[in-house]
Amino acid sequence: MSDHEYTPTSKVGKWFNDRLPLLTLANHLTDYPTPKNLNYWWTFGGILTFCLITQIVTGLTLAMHYIAHADMAFESVEHIMRDVNYGWLIRYIHANGASMFFLAVYIHIFRSLFYGSYKSPREIIWIIGIIIYLLMMAAAFMGYVLPWGQMSFWGATVITNLFSAIPLVGEGIVTWLWGGYSVDNPTLTRFFTLHYLIPFLILGLVVLHIWALHVPGNNNPVGIDIKKPSKDTVPFHPYIVIKDGFALLMFMIVFAFFVFYSPNILGHADNYIEANPMVTPAHIVPEWYLLPFYAILRSVPDKLLGVVAMLSAILILAVLPWLDTSKIRSAVFRPLYKQFYWILVADVLILGYMGAMPAEGLYLLIARVATAYYFLHFLVILPVLGFKEKTLPIPLSITEPVLGGSPNLAMAKNKESIDK
Amino acid sequence: MSDKKPERRDFLFTASYAVGAVGVAAVVWPLVDQMNPDASVKALASTEVDVSSVKPGNTITVLWRGKPVFIRRRTQDEISEARSVKMEDLIHPEKDEDRAKDPEWLVMLGVCTHLGCVPLNDKGDYDGWFCPCHGSHYDTSGRIRKGPAPLNMEVPKYEFVNANTIKIG
Repeated sequence: MSDHEYTPTSKVGKWFNDRLPLLTLANHLTDYPTPKNLNYWWTFGGILTFCLITQIVTGLTLAMHYIAHADMAFESVEHIMRDVNYGWLIRYIHANGASMFFLAVYIHIFRSLFYGSYKSPREIIWIIGIIIYLLMMAAAFMGYVLPWGQMSFWGATVITNLFSAIPLVGEGIVTWLWGGYSVDNPTLTRFFTLHYLIPFLILGLVVLHIWALHVPGNNNPVGIDIKKPSKDTVPFHPYIVIKDGFALLMFMIVFAFFVFYSPNILGHADNYIEANPMVTPAHIVPEWYLLPFYAILRSVPDKLLGVVAMLSAILILAVLPWLDTSKIRSAVFRPLYKQFYWILVADVLILGYMGAMPAEGLYLLIARVATAYYFLHFLVILPVLGFKEKTLPIPLSITEPVLGGSPNLAMAKNKESIDK
Repeated sequence: MSDKKPERRDFLFTASYAVGAVGVAAVVWPLVDQMNPDASVKALASTEVDVSSVKPGNTITVLWRGKPVFIRRRTQDEISEARSVKMEDLIHPEKDEDRAKDPEWLVMLGVCTHLGCVPLNDKGDYDGWFCPCHGSHYDTSGRIRKGPAPLNMEVPKYEFVNANTIKIG
């Protein structure tokens, strides 16, 4: 893991480090050579770590007051909001924290898509990331069930019913998930257990994610392999630490805006009505971060195929490193890919909007076209583009195009776009 | 490895793995099965409902095993509408005669077969039910006619205990 030998200066330090090399690890983390051209899109890894820790700390404190029982859950959440000291603050941070977590993770994922960070030799980092993303969705879904409001109950009903689409064993699986014949108290208690467990699984995977990152080192906006340590790198501390810290402060301003000025804008009013198994709310809509996948589910008229399409839309990301055949990582040097990238971003945003609208008429038609394009992007455009696209010449190092004197004239002309 | 003849030791390995696998399965099964419906949930298997106050054209909704059950006393028009539908027009062909033994009473789970929402009464293109979640239309026999749901609303096991009481389950 470490690129160089490290010996602690103090005698005690050396004694300890010989027995458990924690100081070597700390030294590796501070000295870790980082490309010096990383832009602010690279600060979201640190922001996501902050989000995870925030969710764990606020979640632990909420669990001290929450009661996981169908008859008491709704009231205990109101009790947290009204009676518990700062309960309103902790709950609003936790609820909006989930949205902030997804906001950051989507930026993080789309940064990887733009700069080709998922490509060799970083496939394992990417796949661990996709598993973390899947676990995040599971945790968010189950967390949303815990207040036992109308949206909690019916969201849980609809999502667990997705499994009933599986031929033969589907109904049995759904009954097993519920622990009964409908979503009820046994469902709530097991969701609470899993909601509590998953963040710690994510924490473990984050360690693996960072470990796998530290083997090849960071990708960078130019997308080329760099020697490390070299003139192209700076040590993680203090350079990246201070930059990540500044970005985190900016992010916390956005976070605080939601928590203090519009804590319920991202939620649904229906969830302040206690769960009622006799009445379904008029519009069942998942939280905003799941809307694109919900739109894909609804745009397929067949039940089983709809579920398959929705799951494929997520799992297709896991094989992305092999679908993208281009040897060039960064979109900066891929003029065609850059355009398709922005079309994909627009496509996902359109899907998200359609997921919030009723599934009928023009909305449904647009959702179907956008769903088709989503799969077309990954299954056809990306594999073909790798062979057909005429890429721009890439520089030999990060320093070269900035300092000039490059042997490659065409590349020097391209300097502006590299600086971005 | 592959050209070597199996030895006594290979047999021992295979036998050990097999015994180990059986042991693991025996331990895992209780951990998996504890999530299935427990004895107290199963005990709530049947419900008796007094239907004497239900007038023709009205529906009552009762809870059975945590799920809503629609009990509709159908009008003559609704019955004839349900019975005149051709089988080839149905997504999930079922005769109304088989779904409602007593034509006046339709008893079924008020659960959309798509993703489990509760459909709305007297709505939709077929004078029956309409599911607000993903737009499935059901007719006056609770059969799926349009939309993503694959099956008709399920008719549970039920019987008339006497003229005024239905026992579901």
